[in-house]
Amino acid sequence: MDFLRPASWEEALAAKAEHPTAVPIAGGTDVMVEINFDHRRPEYLLDLNRIDELTEWEVGQESVRLGASVPYSAIMENLRTELPGLALASHTVASPQIRNRGGVGGNLGTASPAGDAHPALLAAGAEVEAESVRGTRLIPIDAFYTGVKRNALEPDELIRAVHIKKADGPQQYSKVGTRNAMVIAVCAFGLALHPETRTVRTGIGSAAPTPVRAKEAEAFLNAALDEGGFWESGKIITPAIAKQFAALASGACNPIDDVRGTAKYRRHAVGIMARRTLGWTWEQYRGAGRTLEGAA
Amino acid sequence: MTTHPEATTQPKATAPVKAQTVPAGTPTKITQGSPTKGGIGESTLRPDGTLKVTGEFAYSSDMWHEDMLWGQTLRSTVAHAEIVSIDTSEALATSGVYAVMTYDDLPAEMKNYGLEIQDTPVLAHGKVRHHGEPVAIVAADHPETARRAAAKIKIEYRELPLITDEASATAPDAVLVHEGRDDHHIGHVPHPNIVHRQPIIRGDADEAAKRADVIVTGEYVFGMQDQAFLGPESGLAVPSEDGGVELYVATQWLHSDLGQIAPVLGLPEDKVRMTLSGVGGAFGGREDISMQIHACLLALRTGKPVKIVYNRFESFFGHVHRHPAKLHYEHGATKDGKLTHMKCRIVLDGGAYASASPAVVGNASSLSVGPYKIEDVDIEAVALYTNNPPCGAMRGFGAVQACFAYEAQMDKLAAKLDMDPVEFRQLNAMEQGTLLPTGQPCDSPAPVAELLRRVKSRPLPPEQQWLAAGSEGTSIDVRALPGGLSNTTHGEGVVRGIGYAVGLKNVGFSEGFDDYSTARVRMEVINGEAVATVHTAMAEVGQGGVTVHAQIARTELGVNQVTIHPADTRVGSAGSTSASRQTYVTGGAVKNSCEAVREKVLELGRTKFGTYHPAWATAELLLEGGKVVTDGGEVLADVADVLEDEAIDIELEWRHRPTEAFDLRTGQGNGHVQYSFAAHRAVVEVDTELGLVKVIELACAQDVGKALNPLSVLGQIQGGTLQGMGVAVMEEIIVDPKTAKVRNPSFTDYLLPTILDTPTIPVDVLELADEHAPYGLRGIGEAPTLSSTPAVLAAIRNATGLELNRTPVRPEHLTGT
Repeated sequence: MDFLRPASWEEALAAKAEHPTAVPIAGGTDVMVEINFDHRRPEYLLDLNRIDELTEWEVGQESVRLGASVPYSAIMENLRTELPGLALASHTVASPQIRNRGGVGGNLGTASPAGDAHPALLAAGAEVEAESVRGTRLIPIDAFYTGVKRNALEPDELIRAVHIKKADGPQQYSKVGTRNAMVIAVCAFGLALHPETRTVRTGIGSAAPTPVRAKEAEAFLNAALDEGGFWESGKIITPAIAKQFAALASGACNPIDDVRGTAKYRRHAVGIMARRTLGWTWEQYRGAGRTLEGAA
Repeated sequence: MTTHPEATTQPKATAPVKAQTVPAGTPTKITQGSPTKGGIGESTLRPDGTLKVTGEFAYSSDMWHEDMLWGQTLRSTVAHAEIVSIDTSEALATSGVYAVMTYDDLPAEMKNYGLEIQDTPVLAHGKVRHHGEPVAIVAADHPETARRAAAKIKIEYRELPLITDEASATAPDAVLVHEGRDDHHIGHVPHPNIVHRQPIIRGDADEAAKRADVIVTGEYVFGMQDQAFLGPESGLAVPSEDGGVELYVATQWLHSDLGQIAPVLGLPEDKVRMTLSGVGGAFGGREDISMQIHACLLALRTGKPVKIVYNRFESFFGHVHRHPAKLHYEHGATKDGKLTHMKCRIVLDGGAYASASPAVVGNASSLSVGPYKIEDVDIEAVALYTNNPPCGAMRGFGAVQACFAYEAQMDKLAAKLDMDPVEFRQLNAMEQGTLLPTGQPCDSPAPVAELLRRVKSRPLPPEQQWLAAGSEGTSIDVRALPGGLSNTTHGEGVVRGIGYAVGLKNVGFSEGFDDYSTARVRMEVINGEAVATVHTAMAEVGQGGVTVHAQIARTELGVNQVTIHPADTRVGSAGSTSASRQTYVTGGAVKNSCEAVREKVLELGRTKFGTYHPAWATAELLLEGGKVVTDGGEVLADVADVLEDEAIDIELEWRHRPTEAFDLRTGQGNGHVQYSFAAHRAVVEVDTELGLVKVIELACAQDVGKALNPLSVLGQIQGGTLQGMGVAVMEEIIVDPKTAKVRNPSFTDYLLPTILDTPTIPVDVLELADEHAPYGLRGIGEAPTLSSTPAVLAAIRNATGLELNRTPVRPEHLTGT
């Protein structure tokens, strides 16, 4: 195994062009586990740790350009206002030590359905900035996940950053694990209210071959909120609407039975999380929400 | 009602005085004795504590030797198969590989090992019986080379039918896991796929059942728990010039290992010299051999030091687990709440090899009644041979599984009788003098009702602790809610539940086992100060023996400086660090050897100085603060003057009261040494919609007889409590019933409680002396592991109203999904 250590982003792109099978490594929280378990033995490892700009972020007018290697702990500490859903998701990632090393770029590169960041990115709305020696392109998050642990990157591309829409309303994130911390997701749910466009977006983790949005649930809820004048009145969402939204979110799952949980439980839990996160965000939107301690 | 039973050897506190140098031969210059610090009853700190917390402690996996090789084990990928062929040629041809060994390369006639039954092949012989069984070993100059070479060994398997449960084990046409058994249990088991069977019959359960106004039955399932010690199996074998081998290893019982290692190496025991190296936890999982023999074989074959370190994945295959169990119970009671009878049948899955299964059966059956008075019982426990992972010793050892079931039964009975579950238990609680189902009387305090009273009378933790009032209104602390940081509820669906349980555990090895320990104690004068050295083969696995031995030596010999010699096989056996026995048995051995050394010192003193003071002949004499003193506190001499250049060095074996085997048909017999009792109250919050649990508080009350080191006692009780909670809500090795393969051999999917899962654990310690035990102490390490699990289950049942007959409880069970 060759260990490539580019000193700059340009060198990294050149190395990736020369060795398209090279596996990029930043925090190593996914890659090293795979190597230690001998699940993969890449010909080349491409170490991105010397490239400082990958750990930087810029808060723009519309969105945050989050460097691929910005650690989860930095997101929790610095971007709670702009990216509340992702900050909550970040706090559920592994342990403090791993949150200091791992970043969203790795989650996207691995593209595991169990990656903690995905539901929050789907709900907020995001684009992945992929770059190669051929140029830069922005891949909409909805088109990024192409299969189990597969994504839309070309072999010569690296993830430079992810552009995440700044929150224009409340966002929430819930994850079920069978432990109260440091646990891989049995399933997860992200929800973001977008009062500017009067829409709601969602993201489901670990309950389908890829991270997915609950699109039917979103469409139903958007229509129901619109028809009922909820955005203007800020009145409480009726239980019937919440229930239907939860049922549709459940229906968006295509889960499996595995050692971590049953398919039936995952569908059930996603429905519960959908109803609860909708309730919490809507309460916040109405100005009645409670703050969270201990979370991000 | 805390009592302090015995303090005869504890020096009385006297005002400290400046040390004086008294010339030899002038003992009439009387000085006052100074108290010895750090004796028994004090919370002296562990010598290894800071090192472990700061990451500087040297564990067995940290050892290094110049020129050493790395050993690697190749394990079976299937659970039950004939080995058609093994081709090691490619592995042997790999550059950097020094040796590849299979069954055919074993040097001695003896090719098996085992704790009680030598049924475990060092390397598979023609057949593998479980997933992950060692088939070949490789030594290479780099661990990665060894691993890759092992992967090049080609094994052709012809799969055999799987035995995975009682039905498949005892079916008329069942394949035998072990053919041609000739062990001493085969004569009394109903089927060769049953390792051991122990019935216990007392009174007439059928007749007594007629007096019952209510009868409850239940089927219970206990999942396979792993010891999950943090330091994986590891050791270093160094060949020596005399053709023997030095083995440095993390284990629980050096001499038991030695007795199994030497025969398969074809060496006399004195040519296998073992030294304990840094142990990272054990909990029963190091009682069996893991890498010891493999490392020695490779070292002797290559003539080079060989180190083997398992990674976490391999560790899940490298040691036995807690027996999963199916338990059927029937209890009856009169309408005024008196238990009439109990019938139970306990089926333990021992997996492919016997390990400690026979003794686990003995414990499960003899402790199946729990700490209750029931005169009419009909009990049967069996352990199966199957193709599942081998199971053996783990903290609680058979008593854990039974406690889970009988405590569920107590709650069912109380509910049926409309009685308070604690009062119902208290009404039936055993006491000192109660006869156990084996006919053995409990001849030391058994404060079962009192322990329950103590946990019940404790104030409950406040409700809704997740709500925190702040300047901006109420905020929510998700860490206090089920789901914790995963932010799954802000109080929705959360219901509190409270549950109680109490348990009964034996201490020490039972059933007539010669459960002795050996201690060598040396006393001498170094730089004018009398000092002591304690040398035992006790494995320090975290239980605190190294602290307690020094405390005992200080108390008995009145010295301040005690050196704990590294544990090795140059001294006699200390027995196993298990069965809550080490403080009792090796502590007892250290006390006994110290007493013998003290007698020698006093004898010497009498010879030298006896004529100077009449008290030498007439008074009870003690050693205290480096001096010989009378029980009245008068100083007769400096120990340094008594000893001068002479060192007193005594090695003695020490035994507790003998026990008897259980009768094979009736289970009668005085089989146990001592009992240990703990009670718990669990307070949980359950998210009833998502099926997630947060244990808020696990209060424990335990009788410890005498707390030799109160801080260590607290640590043991809290640790045992948490290990019991783990198997209530998350810890389980999942074996696929279709393939008998382990599905979750990693800490990603075998979950252990984190600090955020750890409840508050208030501990109430009773000290009711057992007059038969050294200092009145009681073995304490296991009892809290028993009652913790059923208390948590009872609390979850209380919150949800669900029956929950299996542990661990998973979200699917709480949500019906």
